[in-house]
Amino acid sequence: MGRIRKNFKVKVPDPRLAITDERLKGVKRVLVVVSGKGGVGKSLIATTLSLMLAKHGHSVGLLDLDFHGPSCHIILGAKNLMPTEKRGIIPPEVHGIKFMSVVYYVGEEPLPLRGAEISNAFLELLAITRWGRLDYLIVDVPPGMGEEVLDVIRLMKRGEFLIVTTPSQLALKTVSRLTKLLLELKVPILGMIENMRITKTKIVEECAEKFGIKYLGFILFDAALEESVNIPEKLLKTSFARNIRKIAKNLGEI
Amino acid sequence: MHEWALAEAMISTILNTAKEKGAKEIIEAKIKVGRLQQIEADVLTFAFRELIKKTPLEKTQIKLESEDARFKCRACGFEWDFGDVANVLDEDEHEAIHFVPDLAHAFVRCPRCDSPDFETLRGRSVWVEYVKISK
Repeated sequence: MGRIRKNFKVKVPDPRLAITDERLKGVKRVLVVVSGKGGVGKSLIATTLSLMLAKHGHSVGLLDLDFHGPSCHIILGAKNLMPTEKRGIIPPEVHGIKFMSVVYYVGEEPLPLRGAEISNAFLELLAITRWGRLDYLIVDVPPGMGEEVLDVIRLMKRGEFLIVTTPSQLALKTVSRLTKLLLELKVPILGMIENMRITKTKIVEECAEKFGIKYLGFILFDAALEESVNIPEKLLKTSFARNIRKIAKNLGEI
Repeated sequence: MHEWALAEAMISTILNTAKEKGAKEIIEAKIKVGRLQQIEADVLTFAFRELIKKTPLEKTQIKLESEDARFKCRACGFEWDFGDVANVLDEDEHEAIHFVPDLAHAFVRCPRCDSPDFETLRGRSVWVEYVKISK
């Protein structure tokens, strides 16, 4: 006699979770730019690094994960663009970078999202965005250590973290907390970048050393940088960009 | 059509779950479609039919059911349906919500107190309510 088959109703997890790895399958490396502290230059570093890697012949994607204050589009001078809808959404190309941001959909409107809503919006974006083949996906993460950081760790398991700080004790205290968290969660940390250096100091280098992570170098404060925001060609010629090039070389990426 | 991406996600999760549970057969899958995302049911059904070809879901009965989207204001407690306010949104705003339902917070306000601080009680997006399997 054959076995009697029994029928069962079973619950199914959130479908978006099942597809996020698939969406990132063609991406060789995911570089996540974080700080914990706001105003330290994460978006400028993430965007300039993306432009530089693209200029060196790499295929690059940039994801602005800041739902409350997206700004990478301003640095890129990206206007009047929309993703293409084709079995999902395909980010438009801006200066050789596949660029995705919530700004395409909300424009200049405020987007007052709470925690769970941020997680949902991020997961939705991950589930429907088709990046295709990329050498690098750079992720610009907003300040804090809430949903965006935790969700990048949860959902983008291949993320390698670049920690940005300024040589300010105020910034370093927060950055240290985030570094502790990343170490506790055992995520790969590529190293720490010192931005907006005005005078010679070792406090960032010492901080990186204390945590046993690589100090990737410094970026001098560039008073003329603001004039290049919006104009990527000009941005790549600034002393800011030259300093980032050295850091990218330190990382072995260019 | 991004309905395809959503169908793909649901198929992946159904197949993963069936495998995990040691299913011999996947008899039925019930898909709930929240009205906030304004999914085109025909497109979703077509995408499903196409994507399940030559998969263990080929003979599965796929049931689709819509659910009204309902909001609750966190400021004043008022509850309302997305349908009550959908007609004041323009095409771009509808499209934004279609792609990422949470973006409703940029465009929808509480009809009673105008607050943008509301929660989506139900009908947000698409999900699989259950699958019926045999072992």
